[in-house]
Amino acid sequence: MYAQMVTSEATQDDPEKLAAFQARIDAGEKIEPKDWMPEGYRKTLIRQIGQHAHSEIVGQLPEGNWITRAPTLERKAILLAKVQDEAGHGLYLYCAAETLGVSRDELTEALLAGKMKYSSIFNYPTLTWADIGAVGWLVDGAAIMNQVPLQRTSFGPYSRAMIRICKEESFHQRQGFDIMRKMATGTEAQRRMAQDALNRFWYPSLMMFGPSDKDSVHSAQSMRWKIKMNTNDELRQKFVDQTVPQAEYLGLTVPDPDLRWNAEKGGYDFSEPDWTEFFEVLKGNGPCNAERLAARQKAWDDGAWVREGLMAHAAKRAAAPLAAE
Amino acid sequence: MSAVVDLDAAMFEGLCRLGDSTLVLGHRVSEWCGHAPVLEEDIALANTALDLIGQTQMWLGLAGEVEGRGRTADALAFHRDVWEFRNLLLVERPNGDFGHTLMRQFLFDAWHQPMLAGLAQSQDARVAEIAEKAGKEVAYHLERSADLVIRLGDGSDESHARMQDALDMLWPYTGEMMVPDATDIALAEAGIMPDLTGLRGTWDALVRDVLAEATLVIPDGSFMHKGGKQGQHSEHLGHMLAIMQFLPRAYPDATW
Repeated sequence: MYAQMVTSEATQDDPEKLAAFQARIDAGEKIEPKDWMPEGYRKTLIRQIGQHAHSEIVGQLPEGNWITRAPTLERKAILLAKVQDEAGHGLYLYCAAETLGVSRDELTEALLAGKMKYSSIFNYPTLTWADIGAVGWLVDGAAIMNQVPLQRTSFGPYSRAMIRICKEESFHQRQGFDIMRKMATGTEAQRRMAQDALNRFWYPSLMMFGPSDKDSVHSAQSMRWKIKMNTNDELRQKFVDQTVPQAEYLGLTVPDPDLRWNAEKGGYDFSEPDWTEFFEVLKGNGPCNAERLAARQKAWDDGAWVREGLMAHAAKRAAAPLAAE
Repeated sequence: MSAVVDLDAAMFEGLCRLGDSTLVLGHRVSEWCGHAPVLEEDIALANTALDLIGQTQMWLGLAGEVEGRGRTADALAFHRDVWEFRNLLLVERPNGDFGHTLMRQFLFDAWHQPMLAGLAQSQDARVAEIAEKAGKEVAYHLERSADLVIRLGDGSDESHARMQDALDMLWPYTGEMMVPDATDIALAEAGIMPDLTGLRGTWDALVRDVLAEATLVIPDGSFMHKGGKQGQHSEHLGHMLAIMQFLPRAYPDATW
């Protein structure tokens, strides 16, 4: 889940228009960019899609950290393909947000100014090669939980972006699991790296779904608008239920002494992550927040001359036919 | 220098030159991941790196096969030291700013494309097949790098100055690509690889046209660095290999 804690905007539109809009959503119709929509719907979507796009872009950094150290040519190629996909996901999502009237540059500037967030998970470091496996297996696994239902979201461009993204994400998760499998069945050192990666990424992965939102007014509004399809707790439970048997298959131990199967509910009971840590990470106090944002700021600043140069050339080209006349 | 060259040894050498150049350039380009000036360039750089790493797998895979000592592409990539690498000096130049990375790519692509066209005519079917596949990818690399060199060379004052600076810095590393040694000559005579001197005309014409349209000036002076393809590298390559080869070297018993 790459968009967390998205607060839905209150809306003060004409009640009749609102009712008609809600009826379209309830009937399963897609809302398209030129259709009338409540201001709150538009703003909430910009925030959510923008945050998701930023997560794809910032998410390149922890994986890029290992592209230059990938242990085989094939692993390097696969990781490059994956990170390239993520940049592509960022692109579709920024385009989807643009249909709501906000430019990619505006969203980027809001990210760099700290006015917009990206997923908390990317503020954790990738310390060993097994972390690249854990990121694919757990982080992309958690993202898929959220994104599969969002293929049915009410906003047409977002829904279509999600359909494309989900196809690629399932490949990402499989490559992550494949790295973990290789590590978990490898040498003693590799097995220890795999366990260590699971230990460090387990709770941050659970945090990706955000705190319990069952009583949240904002979540209820987003769910009525079909911008949010499930509660955070539902998705977290689904993720745990899917992932624990995979960890067992790998011979790895989920770092939760209270984890146990609950036959009555047909799911696992598990420990909550440390929400204090989560809120600290959101405030900018995670292990890598400063580096991640500094890297994006540097790319933006260092790239300014390139963007300006391209615009200058385009302006010359546009002027050339006029000058020739 | 002996006129008698063992053809298998020459072929191993020639294939390492191709595979090491794509590996080292692919690695350099991959260092940009997440740091490009615009999102489209993040995608293009990753895609270029991916193509080059894929080509490396094919060239070094064939090199290992020709050598016949059981070394795989990975063994060659991750278990040779600097003096055994045969890549061109141009491709190990550090990324510098985006202008340097782009100019390096263009100067290489302008050679790579006619080189692959020549290799596609190889008497050795395995070489021809790899070249055919790689040629399709590299045609796109060249289209992109030439287009961006023109746009940034003939862009703003700053982009022009940065592109000219990149050209001035990198130009002396381009001679090596078209100066054959005994290995290159033996491979050309056997019809396995093209005559490098024959690439000069195509390269010159392409580079001059693009740089002229980019309003960039080819530096004076004829001095050219050489030695990369004989294993005499700059200090930069060792640092790259230290990073690239870390895992297989640190955990020699592991498979990944």
